[in-house]
Amino acid sequence: MIEIFNLKRDIPFMRFARSTIFFSVAAIVISVVLLATRGLNLGVDFTGGTLMEVGYAQNADIAGIRAQLAAHGHGDAQVQNFGSAREALIRLPVKAGVTSAQLSETVMVILRQADPKVELRRVEFVGPQIGKELFEDGALALLVVAAGIALYLALRFEWRMAVGAIFATAHDIFIVLGVWSFFQWEFSLTVLAAVLAILGYSVNDTVVVFDRIRENFKKTRLTDVAAIMDNAKTATLGRTVITSGTTMLMVLAMLMLGGEVLWGFALCLTIGILVGTYSSVLVASPITMWLGVSREDFIKPVKEESGAVV
Amino acid sequence: MNRYPLWKYLVIGVALFIAVIYTLPNFYGEVPAVQVSPVRASEKVDAAFQQRVEATLKTAGIPAQGVTLDARSVKARFADTETQIKAKDALQAGFGPGYTVALNLLPASPAWLTSMGALPMYLGLDLRGGVHFLLQVDMPKALEKSAERYQGDVRTLLREKKVRYTGIGREANQVVVKFRDAEQRDAARKEIETSYPDLVLQDGQEGEELSLTGALSKQAQVKTQEFALQQNLTTLRNRVNELGVAEPVIQQQGIDRIVVQLPGVQDTAKAKEILGRTATLEIRMVDEERMQDPAAVQAAQAGQAPFGAESYFERNGVPLLVKKDVVLTGEYITDAQPGFDSQTSQAAVHVNLDGRGGRIFKNVTRENVGKRMAILLIEKGKTEIVTAPVIREEIGGGRVQITGMDSPQEASDVALLLRAGALAAPMEIVEERTVGPSLGAENIEKGMNSTLYGFVAIMAFMSFYYRFFGFIAVLALATNMFLLVALLSMMQATLTLPGIAGIALTLGMAIDANVIIAERIREELRNGNSPQAAIFAGYDRAWDTILDSNITTLIAGIALFWLGSGPVRGFAVVLCLGILTSMFSAVTMSRALVNLTYGRAKRLTAVSI
Repeated sequence: MIEIFNLKRDIPFMRFARSTIFFSVAAIVISVVLLATRGLNLGVDFTGGTLMEVGYAQNADIAGIRAQLAAHGHGDAQVQNFGSAREALIRLPVKAGVTSAQLSETVMVILRQADPKVELRRVEFVGPQIGKELFEDGALALLVVAAGIALYLALRFEWRMAVGAIFATAHDIFIVLGVWSFFQWEFSLTVLAAVLAILGYSVNDTVVVFDRIRENFKKTRLTDVAAIMDNAKTATLGRTVITSGTTMLMVLAMLMLGGEVLWGFALCLTIGILVGTYSSVLVASPITMWLGVSREDFIKPVKEESGAVV
Repeated sequence: MNRYPLWKYLVIGVALFIAVIYTLPNFYGEVPAVQVSPVRASEKVDAAFQQRVEATLKTAGIPAQGVTLDARSVKARFADTETQIKAKDALQAGFGPGYTVALNLLPASPAWLTSMGALPMYLGLDLRGGVHFLLQVDMPKALEKSAERYQGDVRTLLREKKVRYTGIGREANQVVVKFRDAEQRDAARKEIETSYPDLVLQDGQEGEELSLTGALSKQAQVKTQEFALQQNLTTLRNRVNELGVAEPVIQQQGIDRIVVQLPGVQDTAKAKEILGRTATLEIRMVDEERMQDPAAVQAAQAGQAPFGAESYFERNGVPLLVKKDVVLTGEYITDAQPGFDSQTSQAAVHVNLDGRGGRIFKNVTRENVGKRMAILLIEKGKTEIVTAPVIREEIGGGRVQITGMDSPQEASDVALLLRAGALAAPMEIVEERTVGPSLGAENIEKGMNSTLYGFVAIMAFMSFYYRFFGFIAVLALATNMFLLVALLSMMQATLTLPGIAGIALTLGMAIDANVIIAERIREELRNGNSPQAAIFAGYDRAWDTILDSNITTLIAGIALFWLGSGPVRGFAVVLCLGILTSMFSAVTMSRALVNLTYGRAKRLTAVSI
């Protein structure tokens, strides 16, 4: 047996509860401040506008493209390299009164004047109304998912655990968004999908730990909640780390090989998995403990005991 | 205790077999093909049509690898894209403008798989290249147009029933009729109420003048909007047919939006032009009286058209004064075909009108024998008189022949425009996503590669860390991938890049169940249980955990699907299905393998974990 985690004694996670929670709350506060002041660098999916990816046979002359566009009245275009040096990404904001669907054609005509071999690789145009809807739908999805999971956990476990799990998950989401805001990485629809996946992943991770805590509560006569939780967390630590590791292997493969389109998605998941692993061990259970969960909350309905416990 | 009854093994075996069969088509790739279909829906696609395609190819000396017939088209496969393009040209020349000849890619899976209904997943636009448009229908405009039509209808009705009114006009979406006395107004109200129950009438008075305002009822408004959307859908379908796209998607989304997906289309400028074409046809009477006065004609050209008339040019540059009242619009047209005038053998377009259009046309032609009627084509805000023939006699039956075209080609163009129809309301592109073919191919490669390397990394780690149980977990994971891909193929789901990412992530997360099981078994072993008991307890206790953790993820997935759009949705589908298949593969399947290996051993002293 190759074992990384064969621990003879339980790790006293709960002894550090104050510091871990303090650290987490501080991280959330910083993230919220960042989100409030710097905000997210929303992509065209949400703001509306036009995004074009063009490919050249040789290295793309970013400054040249910018100058060409500015000369034709598109001074507000953002141009940057994308992927390799031969590809450029052009972002154009929504203009009132201009049918932006035609905008990409106009831009291609301008670019072809300088280099007839320029290739249009991708266009994304999103009208401002659609962008707003996508953003609202995304925010709504986030809330509905959180509510649905909280309800399930409250029914299947205990309301204090539901609160702890939701707090841990919210913590992960805030920190990921905070990091996104700090670096001003583009927040696109695929990144939103990743954020929602983190939500699922983080809760999944927390549930496995909680499941063990519940089992311990039913099994032991100990009354020290912190010790019970420490035991559960130590027992599941191997699983927590290895599952995060395998998922991370997949996500890292995506990050390194998946290309530019998947890059944001994979990066978001990488951060999310790290933070999610931390929170499911160190954030969710202290909250639950401080809310006053005790052995009685789990053993009251004795008859209902499931057959799984031998 | 670690034995499965035979039926469980059978169920697993059957599931595996089905999974492999339905996954297979995805590995065969695609062959180039050309698809021929008639533009007119009424034309039959049958064996004779297939023979015609085969004969055309034979004459051109192009070898096809099989010609197949389906409900709406005949598809011919070719060895390479070069032959495919040659074949397209040959077929286009052989069949002419009445047929859509489009390049297509068909699954290359062998016939026995196809006959079982095992088809590959459909590749999304981000993987195969193409255009995606979301169009928003301008509903207020649709209501306005409908009010415009009612205005004409009410005028005709009141004239027919000899009700005297002093004026008829339109205010926003309401028709306003003015009267001199209450008696006439009551008469009008009665007539309108019986003929047009969709109008809600209201009396009004302004000084001496009495008025009757007709507004569309709520239900009629909803009906009008639905109709406008349907009409636009039909129109778009016709237009896309002209583009020659193999497998277009044209669907309603919500109450006022239409999604158009054109796989493989590269020339987005042309696609946009054809989709956005707002050609409408109007038939109006030429204002013969005012045409008598050359001064009026000149003033009209200078921009001062007399009241109730407008000035437009005929094709030969002669200005004409045309009445503002619209007799008929393109909406009444059911079909239009190019042809020749039977007497003069001039190029002509034969137009069929629907019942209501035919009646109106009959009345107007009866009342206006000897006068000229102008047929106007309004395209991109420019109005042109296609032709302005003299009405020789009353025309009934709804069959109209329009002459005045310069050439058969022009007649065919006009027919196409009329047939493709007018939009009931203007539309605007609110979302566009275009992916070039090279980027699409790159996306597939990158998506597949990252999944593959991630999978290999997980495989290596699991086999190393959990030995035999790790190997079983990897087998379960591979099964999971087969099941997932088979399910997606059966559903004929569209695979997108986020979908591939979803598959990768699901696989990364699915291994969790096996990790939970393996850790549980190790724990039981450490606690001094016998190997058999440890395996049993490990699987048993892990189940609860796996169920709870998966259900929470499933909740997230379902909510994502429900509220998400575009990439989020594709990702959600994969996530949800992946969770379900992983429960089967990671628990049932892996247990079966463990039971087969260890279950029979009477005195098991050690397990490889």
